[in-house]
Amino acid sequence: MSDFETDELDEEPRAGSAPTPQQHFAWRFGGASDLLTPLLTTVVAFLMGGLVVALTGKNPIRVYHAIFTGTGVGWFFQVGNHSARIPFSAAHMWFPWDTGSAAATNLQQTLLFTTPIVLTALAVAFAFRCGMFNIGGQGQYIVGTIFAVWLGSSVASLDPWLHVLLCIVVATLAGALWAGIAGILKATVGAHEVISTIMLNWIAIWVGSYLFGAGGPLQGSRAAIPASNPIFDGAKLPVFWGLKLLQGLSIGVFIAIAMLFVYWVIVNRTTLGFAVRAVGFNPEAARYGGISVARSYFVAMAIAGAFAGLAGAIDVTGWEYQVGPADLQASQIGFIGLAAALLGRNTAVGVGFASLLFGALITGTSSRQLDPTVFRPDLAGNLTTIIQGLVVLFVGLNLGGLWTWLGRRRRV
Amino acid sequence: MSWAPQTRQTPVGKWLRNPVATGYTGMALGVFAAFLGIPPFTSRTATWSLIVGIIAIMCGIATVTRGRKRLGLGAIATGIGGIGLGYLATRSSVDNLNIVFNASLIAQTFAFATPLVFAAIGGMFSERSGVVNIGLEGMMLMGAFWGVWGADVGGSWVVGLLVGMAIGAVLALVYAVFAIHLRADQIVGGTAVNFLALGITGYFFFQLYHGNYVSQGVSTIPNIKLPWISGLHFLGPAIGNLNLMIWVSFMLVIASYIVVFKTPIGLRIRACGEHPRAADTVGINVYAVRYGAVVLSGVLAAAGGVYLSDGFGGGTFNDNMTAGRGFIALAAMIFGNWRPAGAFAAALLFGFSSAIALRLQVYSPSASTLFNVLPYVLTLIAVAGVIGRTVAPAADGKPYRKQ
Repeated sequence: MSDFETDELDEEPRAGSAPTPQQHFAWRFGGASDLLTPLLTTVVAFLMGGLVVALTGKNPIRVYHAIFTGTGVGWFFQVGNHSARIPFSAAHMWFPWDTGSAAATNLQQTLLFTTPIVLTALAVAFAFRCGMFNIGGQGQYIVGTIFAVWLGSSVASLDPWLHVLLCIVVATLAGALWAGIAGILKATVGAHEVISTIMLNWIAIWVGSYLFGAGGPLQGSRAAIPASNPIFDGAKLPVFWGLKLLQGLSIGVFIAIAMLFVYWVIVNRTTLGFAVRAVGFNPEAARYGGISVARSYFVAMAIAGAFAGLAGAIDVTGWEYQVGPADLQASQIGFIGLAAALLGRNTAVGVGFASLLFGALITGTSSRQLDPTVFRPDLAGNLTTIIQGLVVLFVGLNLGGLWTWLGRRRRV
Repeated sequence: MSWAPQTRQTPVGKWLRNPVATGYTGMALGVFAAFLGIPPFTSRTATWSLIVGIIAIMCGIATVTRGRKRLGLGAIATGIGGIGLGYLATRSSVDNLNIVFNASLIAQTFAFATPLVFAAIGGMFSERSGVVNIGLEGMMLMGAFWGVWGADVGGSWVVGLLVGMAIGAVLALVYAVFAIHLRADQIVGGTAVNFLALGITGYFFFQLYHGNYVSQGVSTIPNIKLPWISGLHFLGPAIGNLNLMIWVSFMLVIASYIVVFKTPIGLRIRACGEHPRAADTVGINVYAVRYGAVVLSGVLAAAGGVYLSDGFGGGTFNDNMTAGRGFIALAAMIFGNWRPAGAFAAALLFGFSSAIALRLQVYSPSASTLFNVLPYVLTLIAVAGVIGRTVAPAADGKPYRKQ
């Protein structure tokens, strides 16, 4: 952290030449994964969350244990002698884990929620690598959702694989274009991407509420219900684990894992990724090096938006199947992705694990999974939000700054 | 230029030569053109709107040719919009118009705008001192919940207001420590504040009130009845019975204008936001000023939140009650170009769009939902620099390290 003790932050802002806080941010978070800080952050956040639980007269250890049981992550430790059906066939084979247990059902939900978090986290992480703060993952996710529902519920009589592919591809492109607006504004007139993506978030939410709301153009056939029609069966992703009717796990989780790899390849193994990272480190130097900074801003935002749009498409085609205004307005996936990207330090592996943590936390505290005799799920859901907030608060901390501050106090 | 032929300066000629005057007159006429079609005027032909609108456009053209391009373009756009809206209004039935446009629309506009005014002015103080405050939404939400809790437990809306503002101050103080002393990224910190506020208010709302409504009969912030106005024909329903906090928000705008632009304290705040090193050199304690400004922003945003739950909402709270109002306030502050009067005008505009969105349901319930995007679209256009660039304080969002 010693390189942040330089005086860069104190330079007065020179038009376009001095590194902005975003670039410092990219340095701080874009580098090699530092395992200690995220772990410490998580532990502190959970301890403080436990404090809140204790304040309301519950035993935090019991609560956390119940939440952990609800996540189903313990399934991996329950090794035994079982047989499992091979997905998409009638054949059975020997398998070390019981695929039909209660823990397995919980784990399906955890992975189901982890999938969009991974993708929205990548949307944040990719923009970070270009020195931009994409706070608009939520809006890009919603735009993806809108397009996936629209195509999935209106285009009938298509070959199933073609249909689901169409939904996913168009939704991904729509997310890319939506984020691209912020990228273009940043590249051409220098509009701050934080402001423009916040505005785009809310525009997406309200436009979606209009489309699916009562009397809206995409509202379903039942006039009393403000929601879209369910998508056609052909537009649904195959469910390989669990029951389709009970929110089984679709193959979308593999798409998310593949995207983690794609992210790693783009960032670390392509000229595009090099240009993006160069702009993230120092746009001035990148410009001298012959990289088009404006193009990098746009491309980085568009790719980021594509990840988030894909998240929306997978949620719709994987398990949601239909969407209403209330879903759009209550969704926090984009912001949870933001927390996961920060905690995962914008690395593919880190994002994967951080997303799993948040996905598990959401599942473990949901009313379906959490044992209500131990802790009320409505409280637990908000506990999750508090823990997320604490994680974001502490992970955004410049530890170097903290040490010097404490050190100075000690000396005085 | 004594050798130039002297032309007699009539007041009208003088006015015509001043592009600023023609520009603003054009804008005012454009708005007036739209109002000619709706109550209390209700002229049933579009002719008057057309005439006034064309005069507005001409004023705009005069302004453009005299060098004030963006003011003139704004006037032209208002004129065209005025003609369009005036025409649309004449096409609609008088009954519907009377439902949508009546005096209580003004009162409702103020009611919707007031939480935004408080938070936007708060955000302006924070950003003028150089600290970006994305956490306005969270601070507002905390004010909304703890304000109504204080009014419930303390038995008086005064207690509620004080408790709400105090909690807002505490949350802002936590944010300030992270943003100022620990130099954490301010966008991340603000996001964390929003998460925390959502989680904490939700947690205690379910813990204390089981997620149901706050008990009936909570002491609410009173309305101010103006006896000499409330009997009047149009003004009575418009401003005769407004909430106390609405009047406070008007005073807040004036006070904050004076503080920011006319007092040494305001000069210090602005210096810290524009050039903290220079401010430090002349002996201003940058950290102290920034702490003060951020805490003040928390107090004001929370006050807006208390109004939302205990004034406007009539002593209720529901989960995530602010529902993005903090972000609209942020937008209003940006749209108003980091100035109190500008933020106030933008908040009124956004409040008007919310109020009218409710009323346009007599025409189409679904399309009125779409009206909610107006604040965000306008702000996006504003930051894109189409209608005049908004300029943030130079050191906004940049942590300062003392030497």
